[in-house]
Amino acid sequence: MSSLAMAAWPEVLAAQEQARERAKADGGEFETLDKDTAGEIAAIAEQIIPSTDGPGAREAGVIYFIDRALGTFARDEREAYRTGMAELQKKREEMFPGSAAIASLDDEQQKALLRSIENTDFFELLRTHTVLGFLGDPRYGGNRGKVGWKQIGFEGWMAYQPPFGYYDAEASGEKKE
Amino acid sequence: MSGAKFRPSDAVDFLVIGAGAAGGVVAKELATAGFQVVVLEQGPYLHEKDYSHDEIKYTFEAGLTNDPKLQPILHRKSEADVAVPMKAIEYGRQVGGGSVHFTANYWRFHESDFRERSLFGAVNGADLEDWPISYADLEPYYTKAEYELGISGLAGANPFEAPRSKPYPLPPMPVKSSGVLFERATKKLGLHPFPAPVAILSRPYQGRAACSNCGFCESFGCEMRAKSSTLVSVIPAAEETGRCEVRANCYVRKIEIDSAGRATGAVYFDAQRREVFQRAKAVFVCANGVETPKLLLLSKSARFPDGLANSSGLVGKYLMWDLGCDVEGLFEHPLNEYKGIQVTRLIHDYYAADPKRGFYGGGGIDARFDFYPAGYALHGLPADAPRWGSEYKKMLGTYFSRTMTLLSHTSSLAQEKSTVTLDPVVKDAWGLPAVRITYDYHPDDAATIKWLIGKQVEILDAAGAKKTWVQPWEVTDNMPCRHLMGTCRMGKDRSKSVVNEYSRTHDVANLYLVDGSNFVTSGRQQPTATIQALAYRAAEHAAGAAKGGK
Repeated sequence: MSSLAMAAWPEVLAAQEQARERAKADGGEFETLDKDTAGEIAAIAEQIIPSTDGPGAREAGVIYFIDRALGTFARDEREAYRTGMAELQKKREEMFPGSAAIASLDDEQQKALLRSIENTDFFELLRTHTVLGFLGDPRYGGNRGKVGWKQIGFEGWMAYQPPFGYYDAEASGEKKE
Repeated sequence: MSGAKFRPSDAVDFLVIGAGAAGGVVAKELATAGFQVVVLEQGPYLHEKDYSHDEIKYTFEAGLTNDPKLQPILHRKSEADVAVPMKAIEYGRQVGGGSVHFTANYWRFHESDFRERSLFGAVNGADLEDWPISYADLEPYYTKAEYELGISGLAGANPFEAPRSKPYPLPPMPVKSSGVLFERATKKLGLHPFPAPVAILSRPYQGRAACSNCGFCESFGCEMRAKSSTLVSVIPAAEETGRCEVRANCYVRKIEIDSAGRATGAVYFDAQRREVFQRAKAVFVCANGVETPKLLLLSKSARFPDGLANSSGLVGKYLMWDLGCDVEGLFEHPLNEYKGIQVTRLIHDYYAADPKRGFYGGGGIDARFDFYPAGYALHGLPADAPRWGSEYKKMLGTYFSRTMTLLSHTSSLAQEKSTVTLDPVVKDAWGLPAVRITYDYHPDDAATIKWLIGKQVEILDAAGAKKTWVQPWEVTDNMPCRHLMGTCRMGKDRSKSVVNEYSRTHDVANLYLVDGSNFVTSGRQQPTATIQALAYRAAEHAAGAAKGGK
């Protein structure tokens, strides 16, 4: 029930946080994904937002965001991930016979594999979740240290004073870059 | 919550269904006039402490809006098509309704909006009609709304605006870079930019603090109580009378009538999904332009086999859409448009319909930025930009802080074939029929959008944009529709309208409908000011009728 879920949102997040801590204490890092699948999805996320010119999906902890999302608000997408990843692995075997995993492909091979699915619904789902994990609220487990926001120039404060940008500063006689 | 407590068996003076932009106003007017009022709201009762800047919760999940997982919606372009599940429409689903999460643009209609049929003539394939009221009839209520809610703006700055009896109660909000660039460019082109009138406090007002320029207006609830929703203005005033009870999480499924054909109250599901019948002497439905006709269509009886108050057969017809198109511009220096309210400048130069164009329609154009970080990364860049990889990431770093949007707000023609009906198969989580929307553009609506895209690009070019790009604008791209208008239209002729000029149904003397459903024409979007002016007027009329024993 959305109203109940909404009212209980902080509690849900708190429960998720506890579950995460428990999982860590048990020696596992993830709540929803198994370690191998997480490694494969992480490799894809790191291609979507690479760590070139500053922090990317890896530094933002996008895989931890996706892992939690699939146990919470995006739990309905688990099946899409299961079938999507299975098909992608099949494709990897076809394109790169003898390869063991997406994570162990080299950079060019990973790019070629993703180009082969970039117009599919599953890729759009991976892209959406990667972006949410990079630029969403850090409370969801991604955007660690707000690296995603810093990367695009979003400050994320609760209040600002004008001038806000270059042109309104210019108009008001204040310099701002 | 403060406020009164009534029992369902108490026949209260008024039952108000929907605690949104209109329902909040109606409740406050009736309670302060001395009547007992129960307000039923399907969503929860939230407050500023419940809100946050969480983009995932409020724009990717249905944080403050109807959730199609619970209340499915189907859409088809015409009766001949198969309706498919789609979040075609969206409304605020909490106490305060859409006034909580709206962008807060607060435009009065122009004088011409009420008589476009007379001014423009008939339009093929549409039922363009004059309203039964004029701008002058509504003017005192626009003014009252602006003062009771708290609207910021600059009277006289828009040369096309209709006469006003009073200036805005608050000065305009600080201009952003988009506003500065837009103002320069439009003046260069001989147009008339003016500060955006908004339901946001530029100064402290009535015990509420001024806006902090955090930038999270559209789709978000305001943590500062600076957005002038009914939740923070008239609803608390209604409760303070001690005569108004706002009951949240109450989802109405039927309005009951007696043998004389008068409304006697409504049956609703409470938070535990138990059915409750609240008795009342008169009923206001303020549930929005889709939920209001849905409830009437659900409220069938022997007297009204096609739905309550539907002797005209027009309940649910003439749905008008939230139309317009985003055109983006990239600039050399950072604008940081995510800071501050979404819109600070606009023009109404292209507002009035002009037969010389060869089609009906017109629109306003505002300079804005209504993207948040993830939404921009997913939908903001040009269609030919890379969608992943290092170039994509690099572009985000440059573009996010340097993009502004020009959004057109365009007319939507009333077509009888554009409807809200009950789906014969799909049910919601309470077992009620799902809403089925049948809607496609009138060709003139599309012509208006395309014509204005040319103007938007021209303005961005004049502003010095390094690059411009047009966002998708086809009907499915303009979903969900948030301005829900026209489905219980107002008129004097009871065979051609559902409510009279005071928003009272022609068929049931103690049943009022007031929200976007009353609209005869769409204006140029931004319906909230007119919805609230209509609500003040209807409440005044109902109070008079109740005192007179009607």
